[in-house]
Amino acid sequence: MTAPANTTLMFGRPFAVLRLFGERVTQRVDLRGLTVTLVLLLLALAISIYALASGEFQVPVGDVIGALFGQATPRVHMVVVEWRLPRASLALLLGAALGVSGAIFQSLTRNPLGSPDIIGFNAGSYTGALVVITLLNGSFYAIAGGALLGGLLTAILVYVLSWRNGVQGFRLIVVGIGVSAMLTSLNTWLMLRADLKVAMLASIWGSGSLNGLGLDRLLQASIVLVLVTPFVLMLARPMRQLELGDDAARAHGIDVERTRLGLMLVGVALTAIATGIAGPIAFVALAAPQIARRLAGSAGVALMPAAAMGALLLAASDVLAQRAFAPSQLPVGIVTVCLGGLYFAWLLMREARRQP
Amino acid sequence: MMNKIQPAPSATRIEARSATIGYDRRVIAENLSIAIPDRSFTVIVGPNACGKSTLLRALSRLLRSASGEVLLDGRSIQSYPAKEVARKLGLLPQTSLAPDGITVADLIARGRYPHQKFLQQWSREDEAAVIRAMEATKVTELSGRLVDELSGGQRQRVWVAMVLAQETPLLLLDEPTTFLDIAHQIELLELLTRLNRDEGKTIVAVLHDLNQACRYATHLVAMRDGRVMAEGLPADIVTAELVEAVFGLPCLIIEDPISHTPLVVPRGGGEVHAIQEKAS
Amino acid sequence: MTSLAEVQGDDRARPSGLAESNGKRFALLIFATLALVLVCLASIAVGSRNIPLSTVFEALFSYADSDDHAIIMTLRMPRTLLGLTVGAALGLSGALIQALTRNPLADPGILGVNAGATFAVSLGVGFFGIATIQSYIWFAFVGALGATVLVYAIGSVGRGAATPVRLTLSGIAIGAVLTGISSAFAILDPATFDRMRFWAAGSLVTPGLDNLTVSLPFMLAGAVLALLVARPLNAIALGDDLAASLGTNILRTRAVVVVAVTLLAGSATAAAGPITFVGLMIPHVARWIVGPDQRWIILFTLVLAPILLLCADIVGRVIMPPGELQVGIVTAFVGAPVLIILARRGKASGL
Repeated sequence: MTAPANTTLMFGRPFAVLRLFGERVTQRVDLRGLTVTLVLLLLALAISIYALASGEFQVPVGDVIGALFGQATPRVHMVVVEWRLPRASLALLLGAALGVSGAIFQSLTRNPLGSPDIIGFNAGSYTGALVVITLLNGSFYAIAGGALLGGLLTAILVYVLSWRNGVQGFRLIVVGIGVSAMLTSLNTWLMLRADLKVAMLASIWGSGSLNGLGLDRLLQASIVLVLVTPFVLMLARPMRQLELGDDAARAHGIDVERTRLGLMLVGVALTAIATGIAGPIAFVALAAPQIARRLAGSAGVALMPAAAMGALLLAASDVLAQRAFAPSQLPVGIVTVCLGGLYFAWLLMREARRQP
Repeated sequence: MMNKIQPAPSATRIEARSATIGYDRRVIAENLSIAIPDRSFTVIVGPNACGKSTLLRALSRLLRSASGEVLLDGRSIQSYPAKEVARKLGLLPQTSLAPDGITVADLIARGRYPHQKFLQQWSREDEAAVIRAMEATKVTELSGRLVDELSGGQRQRVWVAMVLAQETPLLLLDEPTTFLDIAHQIELLELLTRLNRDEGKTIVAVLHDLNQACRYATHLVAMRDGRVMAEGLPADIVTAELVEAVFGLPCLIIEDPISHTPLVVPRGGGEVHAIQEKAS
Repeated sequence: MTSLAEVQGDDRARPSGLAESNGKRFALLIFATLALVLVCLASIAVGSRNIPLSTVFEALFSYADSDDHAIIMTLRMPRTLLGLTVGAALGLSGALIQALTRNPLADPGILGVNAGATFAVSLGVGFFGIATIQSYIWFAFVGALGATVLVYAIGSVGRGAATPVRLTLSGIAIGAVLTGISSAFAILDPATFDRMRFWAAGSLVTPGLDNLTVSLPFMLAGAVLALLVARPLNAIALGDDLAASLGTNILRTRAVVVVAVTLLAGSATAAAGPITFVGLMIPHVARWIVGPDQRWIILFTLVLAPILLLCADIVGRVIMPPGELQVGIVTAFVGAPVLIILARRGKASGL
């Protein structure tokens, strides 16, 4: 037995080593990543509490907390728990889902521009929704269904078209770009054909919106996320090994094709649930993992910080979307794009100034 | 996991039998049979594009043979679960990617993956293995630094350390001396010899330098155009005729004064004589 | 970044494209140029009213005041010329940006050109009430230039120059912000929304040669810069260290490329609206045909890109009579299948 090493010294960054149950459970915990995740989560929670407290009907924070624990007047309970809580919770959950989905695709494509749209999902889901909105005049469920169907069919199409003795990263990217471009053109055409009012409605949906989402949506989202999360946890380590290159990953005993397929399915599922419920919310999947990576100083993509950053980004954006132009509500997707972009630019500048 | 040193030098650990291997529709080697003796330091040499890397990839299960088979410990290598192969066989591929922002120790620690489980991600054994690997490749002082910032030679030693951390009885290395200066090349070859002699590891390496191969190999394999031209102890098989047949290089074979293994001295095209005559 | 070796999968030498010798490449180039001439003629002749080629030649060389001749000179010629120049400019800027960033996902929009133009036009439409194509073009141009300057400025903050990675990421960030604000304008005001959705589809329809004359000088300037920087780009593709050792001034090359891309893509977007697929796809196709030499890639892109754009324009004119489909919509439908087929043929390489 060698003497236990100073893990922090060895890795050059703070680590905690957990050895429990007679060393049947061992973990090496990146403290900086953990801290960043916790801080981001706390910020997200704080913003959510603010979202619960503010609005047309102001509720003091104390009452908000009380309502969450079931100790409030029926009126406060209705405002906080029935109206506002589902929306605030969805912002956190869907934001986290999008952050993780983006992290997975950026890891898979080894490209900071990677996002679920690589596989054409966003373009396809918008097509599906537009078909329902402009041609079929469908209800909310029909729109969501159309979006999901469109997105999934597109993802499958892209996967199948790029399959030739396995899916090589570059071919997947190129086919994804081609299919996305075609669908985007189709979407533009559908938007031009429609009446102005219908087109604006479609555009609002297409920007992503958390408006009017209630408890039933929250339950749906929670169920799906609970089902998907175990797979994310299981695939996290193989995903990190894949970042070493296909050869090295195979040499470590990883089934590269199956792992990649599994990761894509998980990534698509996470994006699908967000898109189905709130429409395609842009930029969270792209920016959250990059911002999180820079804050946590991690190697490659980091899933936990990406999830926390996604939750924070969407929660903050939703508050702004509701309050900034009151009484008009902006679709949250427009705010995520602006906010995410600004923060990203600031982070880039800060990182550049710090470099030795 | 240390092997007990047992006297069985003629047993084969890994072999290819009548294997046809290639990429897509291009066949690199047809009907190739080669047996790597257990506990040997085997070196594969040959001119560019002779199939040495392809053979290594086939032996390490990265490439599936179109016909014939590759056997590991007597069983077809495809019949093992992938993680079990990874615990028996470590591979240093020619190209690998280091994720952005990864530190040296973190990269080496990734080599422990085949020994880890979901709940057991950093046992004492993992830690000890990483420390041993860093000491063996002399990268301990670099352990906290970013891989991106290292020189080519330092990075190569880190990759070797990652494979060492995997602690496998079989090591396959594809051109491990790339980017290393001569002192570090010799250091690496000496390390491999120690692992082979003292810990009983079976090593298969593709090397470019024929003289280094002659010096360190206990079993030399010379390939050309996808075929094995000769194999055996360097002193037994390395002759001027073989070097000319395999590499197309006219040469003179003398004895290395330090290691008493064959030393290849190229004859050249007469240019060397001209310089010497001018000088004298 | 996607590694070159990783993308090619094994340790053999880089493929040099379908045409392996300069002779073959030259022959293919001539062939492609002839194809371009044919497509141009088709673009003049084909439409809601098909005009025989003999009439076309008459109109070009001995103009008389007939209906057909009028259509040719006032509608078809300007449109064809615009398609030619805009296509070439878009393709060229795409080739430059892909070579500079070494990222196969890059297109000229990545420097913020499209987002900047869209932002400025939506500003103009929303706050200044502009509605004519002639006014769009100035707003779009200023917006494109401004956005690229901002992207470059942010990418250059701090020590060290604007590396391709930082430029890309900075472009994403600024592009996102500008796109978001444009969308906000559109959502809040239906009239703006209506005009923007048509502008954003991209169109070569233009009365007279105004758009062309305004944007042509900038496109030419950009093209000249592109040709000047082709050889240094070859060196840069080998990696910064090797390029520097070959005597390439990396900083200057990068700056020139950014300026060239801005001029080319900015003027193209100003003249025809945001057309995205050409700059992304054609450089890939050119590379698969001629290999990684930037000089050949640029030459082939100059010829192939207008072919794509003009074909798309022709298709848009005939596919839905009596109406027309904007060229920005058709381009992807014409180009993407070709791209996908080529990608599947296994000759696809990274950079």
